[in-house]
Amino acid sequence: MTSIAGELAVLLEHLPGSGPTRSSAAPGTPVVLADRPDGTVVGLGDRVAKAHEAASDPYALDTRLRAAAHPLFAGILLAPLDAPPRAPAGSRVPLTGRPVSLWPRGEPVSPDDPDAAPWEATARLLARLHAVRPGKLPFPLPPMRGPHKAARAVDRMRAAPGVRPSARSAVERAWSGLPHWARDEAPPRCRDAVCHGDMHLGQLVRHPAPGGPWLLIDVDDLGAGDPAWDLARPAAWFATGLLDPHVWARFLGAYRAAGGRAVAAEGDPWPQLDVPARALTVQSAAVALAKAAAEAREPDDAEQALIEACSRMSADVNLPPEPAHRAP
Amino acid sequence: MTVEEMEPTMQCPKCRAPMHTYNRNGVQIEQCSGCRGIFLDYGELESLTRLESQWSQQAPPVAPAPPQAYPPQAAPAWGHHGHHGHHGHRSFGRMLFSS
Repeated sequence: MTSIAGELAVLLEHLPGSGPTRSSAAPGTPVVLADRPDGTVVGLGDRVAKAHEAASDPYALDTRLRAAAHPLFAGILLAPLDAPPRAPAGSRVPLTGRPVSLWPRGEPVSPDDPDAAPWEATARLLARLHAVRPGKLPFPLPPMRGPHKAARAVDRMRAAPGVRPSARSAVERAWSGLPHWARDEAPPRCRDAVCHGDMHLGQLVRHPAPGGPWLLIDVDDLGAGDPAWDLARPAAWFATGLLDPHVWARFLGAYRAAGGRAVAAEGDPWPQLDVPARALTVQSAAVALAKAAAEAREPDDAEQALIEACSRMSADVNLPPEPAHRAP
Repeated sequence: MTVEEMEPTMQCPKCRAPMHTYNRNGVQIEQCSGCRGIFLDYGELESLTRLESQWSQQAPPVAPAPPQAYPPQAAPAWGHHGHHGHHGHRSFGRMLFSS
């Protein structure tokens, strides 16, 4: 356990209602659920503590946590628990320089059974999230951080020693073909929907566990932006041939059936999806190359499929025209 | 071959005209009433090919114009043609759950 995970465990053990004095259930031992520079998560009993990334803009993070607690997102986003006692105002406690939030513990999607993943429930939650206009919140929401994450992934690949030059240049060429907004170099092309910003199957839990309804978690990248970004990871997996076309059809169909606004209700969804899906393909390929280099191995089949998709993007110079902005 | 016309159910992804469902020897296909493009679901091309080969064994081959088949799901030009299947599944399984 790293020191930050250890501190979170101590925090959880000392919360009222935790630890040996707790009568309702066995307190158990703290479990590290994630431990990365951009987020350390420790669970104990029915609660979870998260240390957000050190560089988080505290104001923006606070706004995102307030959004997660707002009734507009009831049934869509998991709401944080109240601030621990003796904490400063807001729901964060500074802890070795990293802001901390507390959450009820949900039941994640089983990674051992991706075929049982709740694609339809995910699509419906996204459609409901995207239906919320950022202006409905009583405070301004920061921009969705999807493009920022893509740019950081490319930076990570550039900084990684030992990345194969041919693969790196395929990723770089695909990246340079993207519009500035998708590379976090210009304001977003659209900011009229609330977006998750980092959607994947690890971003869902059932709450209350077990058997409760699915909810979205991890609001660190949440904000106003182009809702197509939230469909872009599965879209990229489908386009690279990794995701079964039937699963993609189920996901997209459920999103459209729920009235999702990111793509046209009928016909070709790619005018809206193309740029975000390219960006997510580049992001995933860049992360894969950095990881493979760090582990001193060649990219595996799935990673290679992402790199090949990047190569095809630079061969296909005919980017579709940017779709018109949706009416607010 | 009997052609049985049914109610229009979907819009042509190319020209937006309504598409009509036909049943050709037990294979359901959608054809556009505008550009005459044909939309085949998964496995239908194989079914038609199989039927065609059975038919051509019985009669001298005629050269029909090849139908313009759309992919089952619209995909971008840079997309991979086809599904990688079970290759790299373990690694893709991890990808499904990580940033």
